[in-house]
Amino acid sequence: MSSAEHSDFEIRDYLRTDLFPHFMCPGCGHGIALRALLWALHELDISMDKLALVSGIGCSGRTAAYVDTNTMHVTHGRPLAFATGLKLARPDLEVVVITGDGDCLAIGGNHLIHACRRNLDLTCVMLNNEVYGMTGGQVSPTTSNDRFTTTTPLGNHEPVFDACELAAAAGASLVGREITLQTPSLKDLFRAALSHRGFSFVEVISDCTEIFGRKNDLGNSTEMILKQKSAIRPESYGNVVDQPFRPGNWSTGILARNERPEYGANYREHIVAKLAVAVKGRR
Amino acid sequence: MSASAQTQMRNLQGNHACALAAVAAGCRFYAGYPITPSSEIAERMAGELPQVGGVFIQMEDEIASIGAVLGASIGGVKAMTATSGPGFSLKQENLGYAMGAEIPCVVIDVMRGGPSTGMPTRPSQGDVMQARWGSHGDTVVIALVPDSVAEIYSQTIRAFNLSEQLRVPVVVLIDEIIGHLVETVAVPAPESLTLIDRKWADSPVDTFKPYAINGDDVPPMPRPGAGYRTHTTGLTHGEDGFPTQDPVLVAPMMDRILGKLERHRDLVDCFEAIDCEDAEILVVAYGITARAARRAVRRAREQGLRAGLFRPVTLWPFPEQALRSAAASAKTVLVPEMNAGQLCWEVERVCAGTPIARLNRVDGEVITPQQIEQQIMDLAAHE
Ligand SMILES: Cc1ncc(C[n+]2csc(CCOP(=O)(O)OP(=O)(O)O)c2C)c(N)n1
Ligand code: SF4
Ligand SMILES: [Mg+2]
Repeated sequence: MSSAEHSDFEIRDYLRTDLFPHFMCPGCGHGIALRALLWALHELDISMDKLALVSGIGCSGRTAAYVDTNTMHVTHGRPLAFATGLKLARPDLEVVVITGDGDCLAIGGNHLIHACRRNLDLTCVMLNNEVYGMTGGQVSPTTSNDRFTTTTPLGNHEPVFDACELAAAAGASLVGREITLQTPSLKDLFRAALSHRGFSFVEVISDCTEIFGRKNDLGNSTEMILKQKSAIRPESYGNVVDQPFRPGNWSTGILARNERPEYGANYREHIVAKLAVAVKGRR
Repeated sequence: MSASAQTQMRNLQGNHACALAAVAAGCRFYAGYPITPSSEIAERMAGELPQVGGVFIQMEDEIASIGAVLGASIGGVKAMTATSGPGFSLKQENLGYAMGAEIPCVVIDVMRGGPSTGMPTRPSQGDVMQARWGSHGDTVVIALVPDSVAEIYSQTIRAFNLSEQLRVPVVVLIDEIIGHLVETVAVPAPESLTLIDRKWADSPVDTFKPYAINGDDVPPMPRPGAGYRTHTTGLTHGEDGFPTQDPVLVAPMMDRILGKLERHRDLVDCFEAIDCEDAEILVVAYGITARAARRAVRRAREQGLRAGLFRPVTLWPFPEQALRSAAASAKTVLVPEMNAGQLCWEVERVCAGTPIARLNRVDGEVITPQQIEQQIMDLAAHE
């Protein structure tokens, strides 16, 4: 089904509505991202019994608990480590990680690069709101230059991580980025990531309206999201070609895709082959 | 009886015995990061697990290793990691997660000298307090201290059983010397082993409460994929598994989790008491130090002194009652340990009123039988 087609997706079918009211601030982009993820899971007809959502600590990580599936809310920065064990032990489960820019790139950075390198069949969704939302708005590895946060009272002077370049360089076999305004495109990106066999990394440009937006006078959430739209170079418009002209902007869409042996299958095949040789040798 | 159904006498290195016992206990997932003096466990697991359909993975660090172990265990597979002091420190936060969310796992710590990088190839018993108190907050953990290669084998199997049965992390503290010692082990036939698997939830899905408090201390685990769709979190949770900070819900949950081991002392306690009945000088020792103490106590007895040995095999929770009765006639309790004095504080608490003598070494050398014997003599002379 393409994104243009009508979908019978009803988000409430997938949520633990008895937990409502939820704790996200009004206008927070994380909810839109979750909606797009559930929409993709719906279109792919992935059973909620067979899905495992593993999330880290942060507002991003808290979103997973609202989904009516197997949810594991683990320690700060470590969801990829937990997910690696879970997927290796239970290849029958569809394992999706939800993480934040701090969770994934700061405290969890080492786990990210090694998850990319291994290429285990996981989908990692990083909700990038440029800030530590949960802890009250401190600087993160993706905070843009000159932005104010509670720990950069004079504006951020630190170099900024490009998470997608990092993931691609480390070997993730599918890498993509999208903004929340383009929800159908985001949903399609999630579909591609979920269908991909190997490690896929999706960065969602989210917005922390309440804390980051307020602190930087970025307006309400609609205004923040619209600003994101003018700050991207969509893949379909040739984001690579466009780069010299719009250097500060985010390229969006699928940014890297390659077929590499999937870690779990490779482990099992490699072992079966080696054990067969060993048994033969013993005869 | 077929050959495979018989006990096999095998010469095994302690670390290898640990790995083989784990596999025999049903461990099918190992994640670890190399560190002396524990690495042989990982190396052996890397060879053994694929042969039994298990998975071995060398992770990027110890935090990831215990994370992967917990992920595998949540998935329903018995899982283990092994490390030494520096790695044990790194694992503490996720160990706390296993305590709070009640995820079974086995962590082997082959101890070396510390603090910090310390003495990588020298023995030490410096992690006994960290095993109990290493993670933040109020914690619940079992720690076992074997004193021989054979006991590494039996206690590693027991570690898995206890962990599954009580849904609690179990730490096995191995002395570097025993980890690297080769001894003869009577390896039991696999069929003869008593192996315990966690209770799986099988009640109706819609009314299932993953952390129900209903008299049975250890709730059954929901297997992902079986339709329960539950939430697992390190946040304090209610019976439904969802986060809460409501004191009315938190208090009974914490009471249940923290009191779990106390209420299962029958399963958890394990110790050895030698010549304690009339002992005036009681030696309390564990691991490799207990082997030296055993000899020292025997020699003291030969010389007419009333000496006895109390050896905890389950170190945490500490076998308080057992020690109290073993120390009933003691005029002095001597605690030799290869650290600057750690378990002596616990012994002092349990044997309040009885003078405690210490014998410590932090130079990377073992405490010898002669040293302990000498101190028993000195203590006897001063009585
Ligand atoms: C070990 C540890 N260190 C620090 C924290 C505090 N902490 C909680 S969430 C968070 C940052 C989350 O930021 P991010 O991942 O960007 O998520 P967001 O809230 O922005 O969605 C921090 C530092 C913690 N929970 N655990
Ligand atoms: S603090 Fe920011 S990131 Fe967290 S819920 Fe509110 S708007 Fe969203
Ligand atoms: Mg953030």
